[in-house]
Amino acid sequence: MAALDAQSAELEVREGVDRETIETVNAMAGKYKYGWETEIETEYAPKGLSEDIVRLISEKNGEPQWMLDWRLAAYERWLKMEEPRWAMLNYPEIDYQDQYYYAKPKSMDVKPKSLDEVDPKLLATYAKLGIPLKEQALLAGVEAPEGERRVAVDAVFDSVSVGTTFKAELAKAGVIFCSISEAVREHPELVQKYLGSVVPQSDNFFATLNSAVFSDGSFVYIPPGTKCPMELSTYFRINAENTGQFERTLIIADKGAYVSYLEGCTAPKRDTNQLHAAVVEIVILEDAEVKYSTVQNWYPGDENGKGGIYNFVTKRADCRGDRAKVMWTQVETGSAITWKYPSCILRGNDSQGEFYSIAIANNAQQADTGTKMIHLGKRTKSRIVSKGISAGRAQNTYRGLVSMHPKATDSRNYTQCDSLLIGDKCGAHTVPYIEVKNNSSRVEHEATTSKVDDDQLFYCRSRGMDEEEAVALVVNGFCREVLQALPMEFAMEAQSLVAISLEGSVG
Amino acid sequence: MALPQAKQDALAARIAGLDLPQGGWLGAARSEALARLTAMGLPTKRDEYWRYTDPTLLTAPGACAAVFDDSDEPPVFDAIDRLKLVFTDGVFDAAASDNPALAGIEIERLALAGSADIHWAQGLYGVLETRGQNPVPRPLAALNSAFATDGILIRVTGKVAKPVSLIYRHKSDASDAILHHCIKLEAGAELTLLENGPAAARFLKVLEVEVGDGARFHHIRAQGRDHERLAATHIFARLGAEALFKSFTLTANGRMTRNDCVLELVGDDAKAHVAGAAMGDRSFHHDDTVFVTHAAERCESRQVFKKVLKNGAVGVFQGKILVKPGAQKTDGYQISQSLLLDDDSQFLAKPELEIYADDVKCSHGSTSGAIDETALYYLRSRGVPLKQAQSLLVLAFLAEAIAEIEDEAIADDIRGRLEGWLHRHES
Repeated sequence: MAALDAQSAELEVREGVDRETIETVNAMAGKYKYGWETEIETEYAPKGLSEDIVRLISEKNGEPQWMLDWRLAAYERWLKMEEPRWAMLNYPEIDYQDQYYYAKPKSMDVKPKSLDEVDPKLLATYAKLGIPLKEQALLAGVEAPEGERRVAVDAVFDSVSVGTTFKAELAKAGVIFCSISEAVREHPELVQKYLGSVVPQSDNFFATLNSAVFSDGSFVYIPPGTKCPMELSTYFRINAENTGQFERTLIIADKGAYVSYLEGCTAPKRDTNQLHAAVVEIVILEDAEVKYSTVQNWYPGDENGKGGIYNFVTKRADCRGDRAKVMWTQVETGSAITWKYPSCILRGNDSQGEFYSIAIANNAQQADTGTKMIHLGKRTKSRIVSKGISAGRAQNTYRGLVSMHPKATDSRNYTQCDSLLIGDKCGAHTVPYIEVKNNSSRVEHEATTSKVDDDQLFYCRSRGMDEEEAVALVVNGFCREVLQALPMEFAMEAQSLVAISLEGSVG
Repeated sequence: MALPQAKQDALAARIAGLDLPQGGWLGAARSEALARLTAMGLPTKRDEYWRYTDPTLLTAPGACAAVFDDSDEPPVFDAIDRLKLVFTDGVFDAAASDNPALAGIEIERLALAGSADIHWAQGLYGVLETRGQNPVPRPLAALNSAFATDGILIRVTGKVAKPVSLIYRHKSDASDAILHHCIKLEAGAELTLLENGPAAARFLKVLEVEVGDGARFHHIRAQGRDHERLAATHIFARLGAEALFKSFTLTANGRMTRNDCVLELVGDDAKAHVAGAAMGDRSFHHDDTVFVTHAAERCESRQVFKKVLKNGAVGVFQGKILVKPGAQKTDGYQISQSLLLDDDSQFLAKPELEIYADDVKCSHGSTSGAIDETALYYLRSRGVPLKQAQSLLVLAFLAEAIAEIEDEAIADDIRGRLEGWLHRHES
């Protein structure tokens, strides 16, 4: 134990140096901060996708028969489906046989019983990413200043969960927070009841693919009347080459529960595109509330559009009970391709859905993202604030649906989509669908597109800022409403990310 | 790529009874249009821009009979001094029309002008329609270009003294009319075009307008009154530098109306305004699909669409502002609003922006809801009876669209129609 501590301390120091060097190099390249790779022995499943691979993933996770059957049914469906091409995204055909669907660090072969047994290389990777996986250090206040909020982390590395912190303490409050593979084994009744109940197996091409091959992800259950004692988070890291990541997250907030959940993700720089197709399902019962915040910072590819992650994600929250509440906040700065529409099904009466989004596309990035607000219950409310920023040769699309069903009387929606263009080679698009089927509900939609205001830039420059700083400041102001909706730690990170993502976009 | 068999069959059934006249410049244009149509097939509910409007009735082999109620109201534009051109069940009616000789304008009938070898309309007929097929196919317009039975070709060289008025009458309750008009405004010319009347039980129309540099085109139409007709209309317009295009449409009832408007601003400093006021009661389905392309600098476009719906009426708005690379200093505005007077009515909207230039100002807004209770309460507290207060608020709601009509006399006439409609549909 003591030895381990010493080792991590040493790692810290060495790493400080590393980090600085890396940052200098990156500053010179002007780009992605998390593009390094962890050299670790990795075990792959054979390349390509087949029924055998689905069986293998299930076996690796030690799953019961029902889970395997579920996966196989999804795989059957997937074979008959066609990849959707309606989004304003332009990318070459994806060869689904030319990648690995399962990769895990060799050292994870024997499941570590606790974080102490986890390969230090893996721990170091997360430390380097700024995600401490050491509870004791945090508790002792060594790394975290006094009074800082604690965050429990589930760390997912390629296809497997490396470890989950604060499990014991959370268990005391009745909260279950673990990897989904563990939940399948330990809490089958919950998983069976809720898995696929928000995003069915056959929901869409990518969700169906995920249903067949998801390898890991996080599982959260908050019991009735419980306010989760700390924030929960999952950090996804793709490390292995030519490997797709397919994680599945399932969050259940029982009656009157509350949880705030954070998600972060990064990947190394590589010349080839990598596939990421995740599914997040959230079930919210009566009076419960879930806040889900994402900072998506997958490798976006280089200035010429070489490499980068293809991010096809299905996220949906189902407000099943009356007065249930959900809030999606996303900062999308990474990925070569983003295809993502976190949605809210407002089924319970008086339920509420909110969606705050900043999507930044620079260089050759393409983002097609937005939300769906499906109003089914009476007096349901939703609010959408979307800020899209395009620079370089990027294309950024907001695509959303607001639907008021005939029975969703006295409901309310307000949507605001603003786009900002930096440079004359990029594009910003808005594609909202508005369907109102009763007259007591009010729906309002507003959208604007403009460029960075010259007067504001001039003002900043006259105060001695250089052009990039000035643009970053103006853009941060443009995003303010969304940044304010983020939990504090994330807001800081997001703010600096906004600046970093726009580097090189001016002049 | 060959069309699926079902689509081929549907198309064959639709065009089986239609005539494709050969010869002359028009014959060639028709053949090309048929080729376009054959490549596309007819629209179906699965098409992205038909998701809110089921085109089945518009694409069926024959038209359903429609009942036309004549109200005591004098026809719209009656008091306006104008040059009348009358079509009865889709055929030009020379006896009912005025003598088309007027200074600064040439008017010809499509059915007669088509047999010549060379004609100015060659550069327009089916040409703007073809340009409007990309990126969204409009098969009904191609069908029209191929099979139009009649229409008017107008070339304007100066400022025309009075409006040209196209009046569509009907005699038969099951008429199926296909009309195609072309209007060319030479540089600096000016024309006001009025259109009204139910035309036919099913009416398929295309209007192609070329607005030359500095020319001004005003278009005001009143679509039907209380009857059950089906209509699919298309406007394709191209605007030169400093050109002005203004179009306003009033739709009061009608079983199904689909109005496509495809505008392309190719000259710098052009202005295009399209507006619509629609009022529907009971089985009323009204769809405005507007596509504005900015391909030049410093152009302005406005789309203002208002719908008042009751008793299960459905209003659809699909609008797009496309700003092409290099179309800097574009000012694009789009608003679509609906007032749902009861719980059965529906409003379905897809207001889109697609922007590839950075120095632009584009915005759109869309709202839907009931009459503002506070405003209603205020009026009632001032002694205004309920019905009257409601009418007042409905008219106020529609005012922004009517404001797009420049001619005050015509705007007053339109306002009178709205009041008449509200009065007839009070319950």
